[in-house]
Amino acid sequence: MADMPDLLVQTLWDGFVAGMLYALIALGFVLIFKASGVFNFAQGIMVVFAALTLVGLHEYGLNVWLALLLTLGVMLALAVTVERVVLRPLVNQPDIILFMATIGLTYALVGLGEFIFGGNPKVMITEELYLPKGSIELQMFGGFVSFQKLDIAAAVIACVMIVLLSAFFQYTRIGRALRAVADSHKAALSVGISLEQIWVIVWFTAGVVALITGIMWGARSDVSFALQIIALKALPVLILGGFTSVPGAIVGGLIIGIGEKVGEFYWGPLVGKGIEAWLAYMIALAFLLFRPQGLFGEKIIERI
Amino acid sequence: MFYREAGQFKTSYVADQAIFPIRQDRIGVALILFVAFTLPLMASEFVIGSVMIPFLVFALAAIGLNILTGYTGLISLGTGAFMGVGAYACYKLTTIFPDVPIVFHILSAGVFSAAVGAIFGLPSLRIKGFYLAVATLAAQFFLQWCFVRIPWLYNDNASGAIEVPTRTLFGIAVTGANATPTVRYYVILAIVVAMTWVASNLVHGRIGRQWMAVRDMDIAAELIGIKLLQTKLLAFAVSSFYCGVAGAVMMFLWYGGGEAADAFNINQSFNILFMVIIGGLGSLVGSFFGAAFISSFPTVLKFGLPLIGIHLGSATVEHLTHFSIGALIIAFLIVEPHGLARLWQIGKQKLRVWPFPY
Repeated sequence: MADMPDLLVQTLWDGFVAGMLYALIALGFVLIFKASGVFNFAQGIMVVFAALTLVGLHEYGLNVWLALLLTLGVMLALAVTVERVVLRPLVNQPDIILFMATIGLTYALVGLGEFIFGGNPKVMITEELYLPKGSIELQMFGGFVSFQKLDIAAAVIACVMIVLLSAFFQYTRIGRALRAVADSHKAALSVGISLEQIWVIVWFTAGVVALITGIMWGARSDVSFALQIIALKALPVLILGGFTSVPGAIVGGLIIGIGEKVGEFYWGPLVGKGIEAWLAYMIALAFLLFRPQGLFGEKIIERI
Repeated sequence: MFYREAGQFKTSYVADQAIFPIRQDRIGVALILFVAFTLPLMASEFVIGSVMIPFLVFALAAIGLNILTGYTGLISLGTGAFMGVGAYACYKLTTIFPDVPIVFHILSAGVFSAAVGAIFGLPSLRIKGFYLAVATLAAQFFLQWCFVRIPWLYNDNASGAIEVPTRTLFGIAVTGANATPTVRYYVILAIVVAMTWVASNLVHGRIGRQWMAVRDMDIAAELIGIKLLQTKLLAFAVSSFYCGVAGAVMMFLWYGGGEAADAFNINQSFNILFMVIIGGLGSLVGSFFGAAFISSFPTVLKFGLPLIGIHLGSATVEHLTHFSIGALIIAFLIVEPHGLARLWQIGKQKLRVWPFPY
């Protein structure tokens, strides 16, 4: 009995880790949506792009910390460019136009990333970043469960990120400005908050979140544009949690992560494998029928 | 000079409400149709087979998405999947009823697609905007999974691919290996012309007005007595019908079988969304412009760059295509959110007052 793996706990753990990472991507979405009302479809690509830049720069022979610093610089440049080229000319346009612009941005980033670093999958530089390797095995009720150290690190980093971001939103000057902008662009402008600055900051923050997510996802699998599929996984997390809620992103991430792993493991074989691809969306859809604004989303009041 | 409206009087309401009230426009449309139907006499089979046929297929799909997104204001990212439903439905129909003409199957495949589209349109009553866009992604992934995992859909083939059988219409091979591009082109052209005509009548009539009212403000539309559920579901059904027919045509008259599940993935959905954006939301002629632009863009880049002396690897060209399409989308949204159709309109307006601009 003791040498059998405890499948339920193992599945739950896998789901928890995946959920935390989904939550991190969703967090990037929420940040941007909160501060500018833009539904940033490109967040997933930013994850891939950031990870690819880091690995690519390291491949060119740069020291890993220098590469990390440069990648942050690239994300900042990206934030400034997006603000200048996309957001500023499109200010006051309907939301759907901005959403489509971010789809355009997605394609542009895919093309640019492949153009610079090539389309081949790359291995994430796990060791150089001092990420732990190997696994711990623990005796549980029904058998042993193996925890990848990397997954533990990922979960810890995700938790730290979430706490940091919440504190940033809650207690700093910039955080207050971000919340003001989220409430009303006009009111924020009239008390002297620079929209352009806020947008750059928020896109840069989303870029940093994307970089960390990219490192974590990249360490679990290779860094390639196939990773963009995980970005699409973060969308049901978002609609589950609501577009404007940081706790919603986390709870949604956990529900989706655990739900789809358990679903795949226990029901997947019944209908043929691979239901992971759509189970998350179906869970989210089912929730939406009861709460159209998501679990923690704000109720939208419409006027004529 | 070219557009002289003066002297063209309308003496009845029917004439006044005509879609092409100006004589020059009617002549133009007749001319375009004439060229389209005589093109095989002038162009090579390559042009017909790999430029015109894809263009027409994509135009049909773009009209479908435009009905939903452009006219009714419901964003859909599941176009590829609805096209897939059409292709697989058509495949099953031809294997079950081999004696029925293929065109009939193609059109009835659209009915299946419409039914599936209406089912996935059901949440649109409660959720809207981005939430709905993500909900349509559910359709995309679920249906794509069905195409791969349900062997019945592809007749339990070992390869998991659709094999297009040879089917004839009036004794001429329309599908399969023996069908010439010219024949396939004529069949597609006939379908596209007929369905564009139907779509034009739909969007200019009562139903189209309802769709546009829902797009502009759904609550206000409800208040003036438009039934939201029926209108939105009808938009989903009609849109999916067009996409389904486009998918069936694509598989049977263009691809001629093959790895169907791949052809209907999410990138296809985005591709068609791009056609609609660049062509112009809420414009039928824009669907054609967008389809022409996006479907020819990679080819132009591939053959155009060497002509001006730039030689790049095929992978690089592909990356460049990706990048330029993304950049173009952003540029179009900034400069001309109404797309190529609006540019066309501006051009016509200029011609109308030329040579005496205001």
